Amino acid sequence: MVAQVTMKDLQSPVEPTWCPGCGDYGILNAVKRALVQLGIPPHQVAFFSGIGCGSKLPDYIRANGFNSLHGRPVPIAQGFKLAHHDMVVIVVDGDGDNYGIGGNHWLHVMRRNINITHIVQNNMVYGLTKGQYAPTSMKGFVSSTSPEGTIEWPINPIAIALAAGATFVARGFAGDPKHLADLIAKGIQHKGYALIDVFQPCVIFNRINTYDWFRERIYKLEDDPNYDPHDKRMAWEKAHEWGDRIPIGIFYINEDLPTLEEQIPALSEKPLYQHEIPPKLEDLEALKLMFV
Amino acid sequence: MTKNSVNIKLGGEAGQGVESSGMGFARAIARAGLHIFGVQDYMSRIRGGHNWYQIRVSERPLFAHEPKIQLLLAFDERTVHDHLHELVEGGAVIYDEGLKVDEDEIKSKGVIPMPMPLLKLAEELGGSKLMLNTAAVAAAAGILEFDLSYPESVIRDSFGRRKGSEIADRNIRVANAAYEEARRRYAHLFEWKLEAIPDAPKKMVLNGNQALGLGAIAAGCKFCCGYPMTPASSLLEFMFAQARRFNLVVRQIEDEIGALLHAIGAAHAGVRAMTCTSGGGFSLMVEALSLAGSTETPVVVVVAQRPGPATGMPTRTEQGELLFTLFAGHGEFPRAVLAPGSVEQCVYEMARAFNLAEKYQMPVIVLTDAFLANSLRSVDMDAIDFRKITENIDRGKLILPHEHEKIDEALKDGYRRYEFFEDGISLRIPPGHPKAIYSVAGEEHTPEGFIDWEERADNRVKMMQKRMRKLEVAVSDMKLPQLYGPQDAELTLVCWGSSLGPTLEAMERLNDNGVRTNLLQFIDIHPLDWESVADILANCRRWVSVEGNYSAQLSRWIRMNTGLKPAGTVTRYDGRPLNPVYIVEQLQSLLVKV
Repeated sequence: MVAQVTMKDLQSPVEPTWCPGCGDYGILNAVKRALVQLGIPPHQVAFFSGIGCGSKLPDYIRANGFNSLHGRPVPIAQGFKLAHHDMVVIVVDGDGDNYGIGGNHWLHVMRRNINITHIVQNNMVYGLTKGQYAPTSMKGFVSSTSPEGTIEWPINPIAIALAAGATFVARGFAGDPKHLADLIAKGIQHKGYALIDVFQPCVIFNRINTYDWFRERIYKLEDDPNYDPHDKRMAWEKAHEWGDRIPIGIFYINEDLPTLEEQIPALSEKPLYQHEIPPKLEDLEALKLMFV
Repeated sequence: MTKNSVNIKLGGEAGQGVESSGMGFARAIARAGLHIFGVQDYMSRIRGGHNWYQIRVSERPLFAHEPKIQLLLAFDERTVHDHLHELVEGGAVIYDEGLKVDEDEIKSKGVIPMPMPLLKLAEELGGSKLMLNTAAVAAAAGILEFDLSYPESVIRDSFGRRKGSEIADRNIRVANAAYEEARRRYAHLFEWKLEAIPDAPKKMVLNGNQALGLGAIAAGCKFCCGYPMTPASSLLEFMFAQARRFNLVVRQIEDEIGALLHAIGAAHAGVRAMTCTSGGGFSLMVEALSLAGSTETPVVVVVAQRPGPATGMPTRTEQGELLFTLFAGHGEFPRAVLAPGSVEQCVYEMARAFNLAEKYQMPVIVLTDAFLANSLRSVDMDAIDFRKITENIDRGKLILPHEHEKIDEALKDGYRRYEFFEDGISLRIPPGHPKAIYSVAGEEHTPEGFIDWEERADNRVKMMQKRMRKLEVAVSDMKLPQLYGPQDAELTLVCWGSSLGPTLEAMERLNDNGVRTNLLQFIDIHPLDWESVADILANCRRWVSVEGNYSAQLSRWIRMNTGLKPAGTVTRYDGRPLNPVYIVEQLQSLLVKV
């Protein structure tokens, strides 16, 4: 039975501070649509964000939120999920957060298959710090910290996620909120860790990867009847497609692995926060005997 | 004959079972109703090198080890070479007769060489050279004329009564033979004896890390995570071992950054959460500590100190992180720092840390060190009274999201996570209830928890004052330094953490030598009622701080808060624990000057 949740239920009193035309509006819209579509009421969802323009999103949606530190929402979200596992947990952070400073946390959350949905707002530039290059900036991208163009190659989030063992790997586009909402909804429904990397045009600091730039190149994997997202080899090949044609949609999905929380005995009956404390005195007294 | 007062050292290579034999022997002695203090010393390697384990025995509770020993069990030649000088005259060395040991050198120190066919007995009667340890410990029991049934009971328990009982039987065969032979050949030469006190109170044998684990579990900690780092790892392992029994979630995380953040996440959900590490790992946690301060998330961080800087001396001990833990983190935010000094204090202070964290919605740091974390001590079973913990759980202004009635009652006009109250403490309702939907932010925030994107000055001032106000209120829950010894003294020793044990014994020795001495132990380091502390110190004729670090950090902290300076400091920073003899020697040279 799906609860009735409307866009209005998700309306925050706080007005976004994003620039007009920012891709983050499309992402916010898609997140709300996904929650409405799935009928998830605001008190049953918790957002964890990093630092950056997109990480302000939790304030702009009526739900539980935790705006943390740059690159650090992923471990906080995991600790929270293990303590309250029937909450829908969504991480919203940026390419600097997740592919830069928080890279190690990301690498390890993927191999744990904890039931978290992870939306990475990938604008291929550092926006809030006013225009330095990002881990996902294309080679040669000119910025204030790469005045002659970057001499590094960009991170490939899709390929890394596949290699690291993520069980749901997708890419969306902020310019297509309807399609993105569908991806987010599927990510939330997925039993395990779901990555949704989102092309998010920064209208101020990234004059290369614009809405038009993406629209000219992207196509949807689901439009190809031969594409099977359960086939990791196919996904691996698509993960490396870049240039004139760039795929979006679900690259890979594996529904056969248990989640982290399913494998923890203490969580089998009820969420950890509902456990009664302290433990029984007789159990504590019995523990003493191990030291005699 | 000297009864029930002896120091025994076991030494050998890593992998030879020095630690397990030492701990087993210590446990057997405690089962006989005697008190023990066990200290280990090992190198950062898995095999080879040189490790030792030292057991001090007495009829009264012990808090420290002594530099001189009476009995040495040498599993290799190096042990004889390295530790011969620690033996007192009339002391003995037990070793396998196959080792190349210079008996004349041993004799020249007035020490008795006691070669034994340990390996032969292990192989012939036990079928394994691994049982050499058993033979050595049993031989020691033989010359001490200690009732072998106590070591036997420990062997039975460690090798199990089910499948492993055959191994236990073989070990016991080896033990009996070694015991009898050692007693027959050498017992009459050896002055020190151990005699069981069967009607003594039942004892537990545990180290500081295990004691912290007991305190955490009793206090209702349900979430523990960490990244392995000596000397904190055994606490993490203890929690893993108890996870099934107490329904805990215990996790090994990719790094210490992630570990504290995991704990913050769990605490944000309303669970008592902790992490444990050493100084290097705590360095990585500093950013997250600041986040806990800003978001007012109650977490407990155990910092088991070891010598720094950088990797320092991984297996050694030091008290070098006092000022670091007090000041760690960008920005100003409330925290508490507690430094238990004994096994019992580890149990109770750890539990108290969770109460303080939740009551004041702030991070609490529990400081120990390798010496306290690893040292094994016997305590009477009754000395650890879990009711004192379970009956005093204080979760402060917490309402869990499934406590619907309480929420309905509390929330008449909606919920604001960082509402201003006189005591600075807001109502804490973890996410999950439809009436308490909110956001929190590490960034300066509004009472609702939203980022204050205009960065308003008035809101900032109110929020800073709100958070720091909690510290002022918390002072009423903090303990002033504890006095030991005579009320009136010409010399006051001031210490914190693991210095307690050695300093207590140093105090006793000084009093015995006619120097009227008492001791002030700081368990609570911060926050404190510094006016009262200043009064106490002003009434001391002369006070000297005794610390296991270079710069006498506690004395600096005291000076910063009271303006008072010690008459002198006793410090140690060679990676070795303080001991009473060292402290008295240092004080003697100091007192000449002051």
